[in-house]
Amino acid sequence: MNTAKKKSDLEAACIPLISETQKKYIHDHYRHHHLITILRFLVFFTFLIIWEAAGRFRLIDTFFFSSPSMVISYFVQMLADGSLFTHAGITLLETILSFLLITLISMLTATLLWYSRTLSEILEPYLVILNSLPKSALAPLLIVWLGTGTGTIIVAGISVAIFGSVINLYTGFRHTDPEKLKLIYTLGGNRFDAFHKVVLPSSIPVILSNMKVNIGLALVGVIIGEFLAARKGLGYLIIYGTQVFKLNMVITSIIILCIIAMGLYQCIQWLEHLYKKKK
Amino acid sequence: MNQPVLTCRDICFSYHNLNGETKALSNLSFQINKGEFVAIVGPSGCGKSTLLSIIAGLIKPESGEIILDQSERIRIGYMLQQDHLLEWRTIWKNILLGPEVTGTLTKEKEALASRLLSEYGLEKFKDKRPAELSGGMKQRAALIRTMVMEPGLLLLDEPFSALDYQTRLMVSGDIGSIIRKSGITALLITHDLSEAISLADRILVLKRRPASIKNDIPVKLTLSEHTPLSARNAPEFKDLFTLLWKEISNEYSEKEI
Repeated sequence: MNTAKKKSDLEAACIPLISETQKKYIHDHYRHHHLITILRFLVFFTFLIIWEAAGRFRLIDTFFFSSPSMVISYFVQMLADGSLFTHAGITLLETILSFLLITLISMLTATLLWYSRTLSEILEPYLVILNSLPKSALAPLLIVWLGTGTGTIIVAGISVAIFGSVINLYTGFRHTDPEKLKLIYTLGGNRFDAFHKVVLPSSIPVILSNMKVNIGLALVGVIIGEFLAARKGLGYLIIYGTQVFKLNMVITSIIILCIIAMGLYQCIQWLEHLYKKKK
Repeated sequence: MNQPVLTCRDICFSYHNLNGETKALSNLSFQINKGEFVAIVGPSGCGKSTLLSIIAGLIKPESGEIILDQSERIRIGYMLQQDHLLEWRTIWKNILLGPEVTGTLTKEKEALASRLLSEYGLEKFKDKRPAELSGGMKQRAALIRTMVMEPGLLLLDEPFSALDYQTRLMVSGDIGSIIRKSGITALLITHDLSEAISLADRILVLKRRPASIKNDIPVKLTLSEHTPLSARNAPEFKDLFTLLWKEISNEYSEKEI
């Protein structure tokens, strides 16, 4: 906060001193940014227009490919009958629950592995194998074991990210500067002090970037789960829509998924931003 | 005055790996008396840091014993090669790290910490982050963090080696006089011979690996005031430097140079 204040003072003092070249630099900088933003929207709208036009001129069959106007009208219809909130809501809820459980379980496991070198040596090959296993292969088994329903879907979401997350966090913990750990020991601290005074605070960037990966993977896992074991949710809509050839439903669901994925990612980004600001 | 604070008797230590054993210390013995400032110099890689870790109790010697002053339960302070201030903590939080981890954070400790802060000219930086301080100030903050623990014996493991030359001269002078003023017993490890002469009362020269004490050289300088910078101008400085240089260079074989 102090530095921010200093900076604004500095800027205030500098205002009359801005040279022509500096002005030009700032001008060019913002022009470049605006240009990028405009072009991004342009790409988006060009895509929509081509998609819509191709449908209208019968270059593509809207029965299979839908069109922006059909998606919008279907979206409005879903809003009106409330099914949007039921399906998107349940997917969102399952994703957030999976994500929280992944974070909790992997933090605890990684901490345990950091504490016990022996344990981590024993478990390492198992973690590596489980991490490289395609988790969608587990989903049918999960249904048999756990039945259909929200529980199974959350477990599917967890299974996709958990092993990678444990490995990432553990590696992050292990990369703590050994001299900083030595410092704690020379001051008379024990391994517990070393963990929560040094390892944990210095691993926050790793933890945050790991969360970014996890939130995406949790969504993947939840959708896989919903494909197989749900009566509700966007994954269910996608599977159901394909089976009855309601492709509007499928494409609208996919677009809503895009929006959810973006929103969740932004949340973590915001957390990271908050952390950097505090620092 | 001749009360020994630290006695090392026949310390042996080896590093082991599957390719074999590297003897680091063999039958190393010496004694440090209360209030002394002792420097240990030796050829690089001779096991100086290992010795400090053993004295600090971070690793156990394979044989031999470390005897600390029994009369008062003595605390060992350890200054590492770099300041290692934790960048996510303010200076104040950094210097109270010791009491925090040992669960001895009292009002008295806090009072001592703020007294040391103002004594060492850092009270203005109390709420700053380490990144906002210069190298010398960080080193002083690291010294406060050690001194807050009220050590009876201070171990310094090349504490100035990460600083550039000018800062190093200033900070070693600075910290040297702080330690001298507080009358604390100190053991400094360094590879810088002039630093050893200018700071210490006595210099122990180590043999090359496996290390043991080769020479025990008292430093007697004619000085009006004992500051490390004026020590460098003392008439005895040059002779001592030459003597130490000869002792150390004998420890390197022709091949290594």
